[in-house]
Amino acid sequence: MDREPVNRSDQSSRTGDAGRSDSTNRSSPEFNRRDFLRGSGAAMAATAMAVAATEQQAAAQQQAAKVVSAAPHPVKLNVNGVDLTLTVEPRVLLIDALRNDLNLTGCKDVCDRTNCGACTVLIDGKPVYACSRLVMDVEGQKIVTSESLLSPTKTDDVVTNFCKHDGMQCGFCTPGFVMAVRGYCNQNPKATVDDCRKGLGGNICRCGTYAGVLQAAFDTAQTATPIAKGGA
Amino acid sequence: MKSFEYARPETEAEAVEFLGTNAGQTVVLAGGTDLVSLMKAELVTPSRVVDLKRIPSLREVTRIDGGVQIGSLATLSDLAQHPLLGGYRSLFDVIDGVRAIQIQGSGTIGGDLCHLPNCWYFRGGYGLLAMDKGVSLPEVGDNRYHAILGNSGPAKFVNASRFAPALIAWGAKVRVISKVDGQKSLSHNSQSSTPNLHEEWLPLEYFYISPKTNAQGNTVLKPGQLISHVWLPDAGNMTSATYEVLQTEGLDWPLASAGVCVDVEGGLVRQARIVMGHVAPTPWLANDAARLLIGQSLNDDTAGMVADAAVSQATPLSMNDYKVQLARTAVKRALLKSVGKLEM
Repeated sequence: MDREPVNRSDQSSRTGDAGRSDSTNRSSPEFNRRDFLRGSGAAMAATAMAVAATEQQAAAQQQAAKVVSAAPHPVKLNVNGVDLTLTVEPRVLLIDALRNDLNLTGCKDVCDRTNCGACTVLIDGKPVYACSRLVMDVEGQKIVTSESLLSPTKTDDVVTNFCKHDGMQCGFCTPGFVMAVRGYCNQNPKATVDDCRKGLGGNICRCGTYAGVLQAAFDTAQTATPIAKGGA
Repeated sequence: MKSFEYARPETEAEAVEFLGTNAGQTVVLAGGTDLVSLMKAELVTPSRVVDLKRIPSLREVTRIDGGVQIGSLATLSDLAQHPLLGGYRSLFDVIDGVRAIQIQGSGTIGGDLCHLPNCWYFRGGYGLLAMDKGVSLPEVGDNRYHAILGNSGPAKFVNASRFAPALIAWGAKVRVISKVDGQKSLSHNSQSSTPNLHEEWLPLEYFYISPKTNAQGNTVLKPGQLISHVWLPDAGNMTSATYEVLQTEGLDWPLASAGVCVDVEGGLVRQARIVMGHVAPTPWLANDAARLLIGQSLNDDTAGMVADAAVSQATPLSMNDYKVQLARTAVKRALLKSVGKLEM
């Protein structure tokens, strides 16, 4: 679904879903989903700075507290290298904060029960299902989403390899898969195709593009720089 | 998801303090790979969640008292890489069977031991016993994944823990901690105890129960208690293996499994322990079957004979007699695997 620009009617419902999107993006006649995703990193950073400025003090006070009430609380996060503060209730899940509060809609809410892998993000370098993590739980940890793989100056190998080997059809599982591949290859450079097949068992593609995904994972592993010793 | 307070203790004493003792009011959060789903489905509706991840002592793996002590918050990938655990092959077999790096990186050994059943009636909101208007749903409905042993009581679900068979075969104990309730502390392990902490070491095989009522739960844990550590005896001459029968190549729950430990000397078995998983409401100890191996050499024939004995008392429900064969196969293959004789 990422291949074609989104039409106007779809666009309004999308931005409506996503909540606080950047107003300049929304009013632009050329706005489409792809540009939106490219721009969202910068937009997020801007939003984050504003939020951070007003809530920094409150966050400092909360840090000492070991029991927080069910009401919204400021939580310090680091998303794609940007420090920011979100005010959320303890029950808010990481996936919802990323998608609804930060407009990082790469991670997908598909099975909602830690089975399919479409919500995979990296937390401190490890692939994690964002649908099973509370925002409170990841305070202070480094969260990396699929949006980080593409910047105006650099395209991550994993993206190039997915394109090269046609590792997707409908694309819904793809953001989760690329993050799982990124995390797996960082931990297991030089992995074989069989290793990759085993390592990526936590992601499901209902279109059945596993052959392309595995080849992309294999290629990515060959050029991966290890960030942690050993592997899962 | 219902709203809740969130507590982040930094010591074991704080954890039991925050946990309180009101049944159903507080839950312990470890990896969250299952609890969060249960809370989303509102099958678990705590007013407070106590997140244990910031307690360093709960994540350590240390050598202690003639064995190895594993913090209950150690993740599967922590365990897979730990040098002290090299002699416990059956644990690696379990980790290897969890085919998702996401679960391996988040899921914890304590969380696995306390994992609530995957019974679809339980997950659909009918309680552990899956009763609807006085009728046992697994008895009259689809019971293809339910118990084939120990199912004569009201509980028909299967225990969901993947580590329990292997750990019980090793003779593992669990350390259960709770708040001191004003009486004298029974603490005797000064190394990790504090004055506010009551601790008790319990053989893991006594940890699980087959409940008669929904309120009993499927473990002996009472409100206010949690598992802080798992202790394993030194591996010594024992070798071990786990064999899980999995339906798919990806992330899935076993249909049947077996964890075994054997001590073979001069080609003859001196000791053997066999525990089956996912066949009964509790991990199922096949002691009588294991005894048949003593003094025998472990080969295809004797493993098959012992596996037959292990499932000889099975009482499958209307749709799950296929699991008897799977459990038999799991036992046989685990035994052969433990001595390096399994050819796949």
